[in-house]
Amino acid sequence: MTEAKRKRCLLQGNEAIVQGALAARCRFFAGYPITPASEIAEQLSVRLPAVNGTFIQMEDEIASIGAVIGASLTGVKAMTATSGPGFSLMQENLGFACAAEVPCVIVNVMRGGPSTGLPTSPAQGDVQMARWGTHGDHPIIVLAVSSVLDSFTITVKAFNLAEKYRIPVIVLSDEVVAHTRESVELPLDSEVKVVNRIAPGMPPDWYKPYEADTRGVPPMASFGDGYRHHVTGLVHDQDGFPTQNPQEVEKFHLRLSMKITKGLSDIQLTKKFHMDDAELFVVAYGSVARSAMRAVEDARKAGIKAGLLQLITLFPFPRRTLTPYLQQCHSVLVPELNLGQISREVQRVNQGQCAVVKLNRVDGRLITPQQIYNRLVKLSAGRVS
Amino acid sequence: MPPSIQALTHKYFRHNKRFPHVWCPGCGNGIVMGALLRAITRLDLEKDEIVLASGIGCSGRMPTYLDFNTLHTTHGRALTFATGIKLANPALNVVAIMGDGDATAIGGNHLIHAARRNLNLTAIIINNSIYGMTGGQYSPTTPFGSTTTTSVYGHIEHAFSISELAVTAGAAFVARSTVYHAALADQLIEQAMIKPGFAVVEIISNCHVQYGRRNKIGNAIDMLTSFKEQAVTVKKAATMEEEELQGKITIGVLADRDLPVSTDEYKRIREQARSKQEGK
Repeated sequence: MTEAKRKRCLLQGNEAIVQGALAARCRFFAGYPITPASEIAEQLSVRLPAVNGTFIQMEDEIASIGAVIGASLTGVKAMTATSGPGFSLMQENLGFACAAEVPCVIVNVMRGGPSTGLPTSPAQGDVQMARWGTHGDHPIIVLAVSSVLDSFTITVKAFNLAEKYRIPVIVLSDEVVAHTRESVELPLDSEVKVVNRIAPGMPPDWYKPYEADTRGVPPMASFGDGYRHHVTGLVHDQDGFPTQNPQEVEKFHLRLSMKITKGLSDIQLTKKFHMDDAELFVVAYGSVARSAMRAVEDARKAGIKAGLLQLITLFPFPRRTLTPYLQQCHSVLVPELNLGQISREVQRVNQGQCAVVKLNRVDGRLITPQQIYNRLVKLSAGRVS
Repeated sequence: MPPSIQALTHKYFRHNKRFPHVWCPGCGNGIVMGALLRAITRLDLEKDEIVLASGIGCSGRMPTYLDFNTLHTTHGRALTFATGIKLANPALNVVAIMGDGDATAIGGNHLIHAARRNLNLTAIIINNSIYGMTGGQYSPTTPFGSTTTTSVYGHIEHAFSISELAVTAGAAFVARSTVYHAALADQLIEQAMIKPGFAVVEIISNCHVQYGRRNKIGNAIDMLTSFKEQAVTVKKAATMEEEELQGKITIGVLADRDLPVSTDEYKRIREQARSKQEGK
């Protein structure tokens, strides 16, 4: 038997998301056409049926995420992909998935907003919506991709986290990452670590659909496998039925939050470059992290002790990773394609330890390495503008 | 001998957990629930193979009480969740239960597209012409001139005919009954569940608390009596002039046609996709 070999291929970010989803064993996609995410739907419409999966184009994004949640309830890994306007429409059902603890992945390829905005330009304006878009207190996991390879690995990770914590996971890409073609060597399916939700181990009569294990995550039965149970967006007790009992209601909220805080070290992903001896650093994510990387390398060449902390996980915000560097450095620069959405989080966890400096661009163009470099030079000279 | 109510409740209710229910005394929802259970028991379906999905409203609470795989979704979206369930596991028998506001206002787009798409799903729409749970506001099926809590000066919009909408949108099977005609309701639900393709059963129901009282129709019994008087069969309706049909409720099967079912069609797509990939 010849060993399967990795192939090098030229892919765009959206195609890598498709490959990642399939490698993670996603077998259901429901979506609605939207720029700049449509390639994901197009490719999955071809590839899913070939692996016994299902693709469907729904009548809108509300229906798309509804179908995704329905599919996931039968035990099938499911996803949708959209951009800002569609993501806005998905918010109500996203909350349903949080409350009923239905694993699913939602890709938002960000474009300029608000409203119809700039459909073919990159932006990072949906970051806080990804965290707080659906109503009510709720836990959520938000990941950001910055390259084609990331688009593959982070999509796999998104499915794994969704299954492990029974939670919707949002993958934020942007127009530039989505449509840039890069040469990548993707791992073989056999090399990809795939996590599946825990099925109930007890007989059906003993099954309580929302009785959690020590991690705070309940085992999940699928519709049709003999564990008849009730799923609702109303606040529910361990049996899955609506309750208004204050103790039960509080327990419901606290466990949803606790299952994520217990898993923080597993969920919060970052990448560090030149951070060990950094005197100032950049916090960046998505396509901006690419520019930041180049700027930091140039700054090092110029003798400036700059570092880059790239956020993969935006929420839950990786406070514990940031804190030591906020103490170690005199300044942190937060470049973003918005008017300051992650810089708010950095300011929140900073508590006055170092200077938080924003660098924002909202004209539909990328932040260039030069812009970041210039700002690093100024900051290192102590001239905060 | 049809099964007794006691036998049905014993077999299908979630007894010790979920009662008393939220419905007002005399509510038509219980009659529809009974009709659904009689249909299911006659079809001899396993409880494990049935999924009952609802939206929001009084009708939305029905799945809570019944021992199937049950799902209480968001307002208007029962059919979208049901679509995902059916496509991901076509072996399941999926029934969506909705109200008139649920299915034709906030969920109207999903209803027409589900009908057009023709998955093998059953949609039961309880039409009581009002938003009952939220306090009696007008819905898309509230008659012109009616008094509701948001039309105290008289309703100035025109009502949808849910069944005609479903027929026009392409549903494979469309039927209408009323809660007075309970035996007909369960026969129609049974036919709908057997029918390959998207099947809609509209059941005209009474909300005497929010609608009947305000519009001087009276209590539950008065409303059921009015359904009895207004009802004409499809056969009889065919012999009547349009003017004579004003204010009448046509009951029976309104459409029954054989169309390709997209759940089956998708199997063909899978085979095609597989052979194309193997050919590579």
